[in-house]
Amino acid sequence: MPKTADLDVAYVARLARLDLTNVETELFQRQLGDVLRYAEKLREVDVSHLEAAAHAVPIFNVFREDEPRDWLTAEQALSNAPRQANGLFIVTKVVE
Amino acid sequence: MTGKDLPALNIADLQSLLRRREVSPREVIDVLRARIQDVDGEIDAYLSLDFEAAAKEAEKANVDLPLGGVPIAIKDIISVAGEPCTCASKILHGYRAPYDATVIRKLRAAGAIPFGKTNMDEFAMGSSTENSAMKLTRNPWDLSRVPGGSSGGSAAAVAADEAFGGLGTDTGGSIRQPAALSGVVGLKPTYGRVSRFGVVAFASSLDQVGPLTKTVRDSALIMNAIAGHDPQETTSLNEPVPDYTAGLGRDLRGVRLGLAKEYMIEGTNPQVKAAIDAAVKHLNSLGAEIVDVSLPHTDYATAVYYILATAEASANLARFDGVRYGYRAENPKDLLDHYGRTREEGFGPEVKRRIILGTYVLSSGYYDAYYLRAQKVRELIRQDFAKAFEKVDALISPTSPTPAFKLGERSADPLQMYLADIFTSPANLAGICGISVPCGFAEVDGLRLPIGLQLLGKALDEARILQIAHAYEKSTDWHKARPPIAAAIHKA
Repeated sequence: MPKTADLDVAYVARLARLDLTNVETELFQRQLGDVLRYAEKLREVDVSHLEAAAHAVPIFNVFREDEPRDWLTAEQALSNAPRQANGLFIVTKVVE
Repeated sequence: MTGKDLPALNIADLQSLLRRREVSPREVIDVLRARIQDVDGEIDAYLSLDFEAAAKEAEKANVDLPLGGVPIAIKDIISVAGEPCTCASKILHGYRAPYDATVIRKLRAAGAIPFGKTNMDEFAMGSSTENSAMKLTRNPWDLSRVPGGSSGGSAAAVAADEAFGGLGTDTGGSIRQPAALSGVVGLKPTYGRVSRFGVVAFASSLDQVGPLTKTVRDSALIMNAIAGHDPQETTSLNEPVPDYTAGLGRDLRGVRLGLAKEYMIEGTNPQVKAAIDAAVKHLNSLGAEIVDVSLPHTDYATAVYYILATAEASANLARFDGVRYGYRAENPKDLLDHYGRTREEGFGPEVKRRIILGTYVLSSGYYDAYYLRAQKVRELIRQDFAKAFEKVDALISPTSPTPAFKLGERSADPLQMYLADIFTSPANLAGICGISVPCGFAEVDGLRLPIGLQLLGKALDEARILQIAHAYEKSTDWHKARPPIAAAIHKA
């Protein structure tokens, strides 16, 4: 397991598209350092013979017939949009 | 019975009155509204109320349906068409659900009436409801203490007779722990038993919806309505739904209950320990055999839980990007600024903390060491329970190592708050079911604080833990005690 000192909150926050203040960055660095140190106890466990369990119930590949059905109207889908016009979401500009 | 007494009824007794036409569904709504006006200024259990819609539903309610005319409080993470669904987060302020969650559709089909959305820790992340961005909810037994969390609003509303029953969600204990701290009954169903379609996702391999009620029978009644297969949810189990009330009233002869030595932890409050010991003796006197079992990987559960739950949360919460719904930061200079500031301004501190931790444990170079390893240890925890259930029908433990703590007492130390889930999160990791029932009181500062007894059952064995919990409840008086706020108002 890597050293918990490897946690770079400012870098991870950029990965998560989450701006943090300097105060939050320092606070989380300390608090999450504690949590990761606590999690180091998992190193004691021999997991070499184990498969990872994504969840506790053996359900895989659930399919349904590919048939059209009624769902939200465009109006309903747009009803919570922060900005919209002409039946479309207005997004922040992505191309120059 | 006067209108003032009506809110103190449990669901089954309310239904008897409704079916004998001694009270109408409309009168029930009006009485409940008055009760909430009287009490909720002190408790702050609700984030939004819609009595206009509820009154309309009540006018056409069919009281002969399984939950006909019964108002149910809904945690504000579950979509009710046309109503706010904020997850107690600023990022969903003003959002209104465009459709009913499957559990709401099923409640309505059973005749129940959703009327209000309850407070919670933001995105269900917390054990005290203090992480709500909207308001603090207070414990009806002591207004200076937390109601537990994250379904603290539903638990407090039921405890303070501001709801006949409620729905919560449980990812690591968020139904059972507030039920214990607020002195009500809380059931976490088996993973896949109740549909999450229309429920805002926190940790998708752990989340389940379940009831918070005044009695075990009420819990069974709500389960009868909400359990079952949902083709719109891929993890929903396609298994028959039994009548959960059918086994209630059976005695405990031949029932084997397991006590895990790993659950006898230092740091458990002595009054909690004494109450659980007494409950075990009592269950034994009712005919249950008490068997020692071992769950050897228990000590790893909290670490596994916080790695997996935060990893899944960081992925699930990526959808809050300020594009299709929810809060959007003003005047972004480019797309990165739009995302970064929308999420900075929209999310509260605990949610940010968990997104950072979850992103870290999934990031390149750390995935194997944390996330993959945690998934493997999860399998060991699941196997521990499978082995224990070869010997016993259910496991007994405290629901929470302590009674309700003071508002603000743990908010500066996330790790201490996380350790409050020690008895509850293993059941989520293993996908099994669990229930918390009132089993006594701790005397603290001259006030009585409720203690919860947890019963864990194997997957899809809800009927069994309900039966055991019911046998315990009907031979004890703990569930009949009312918090001071309820007693004061009933006297007035």
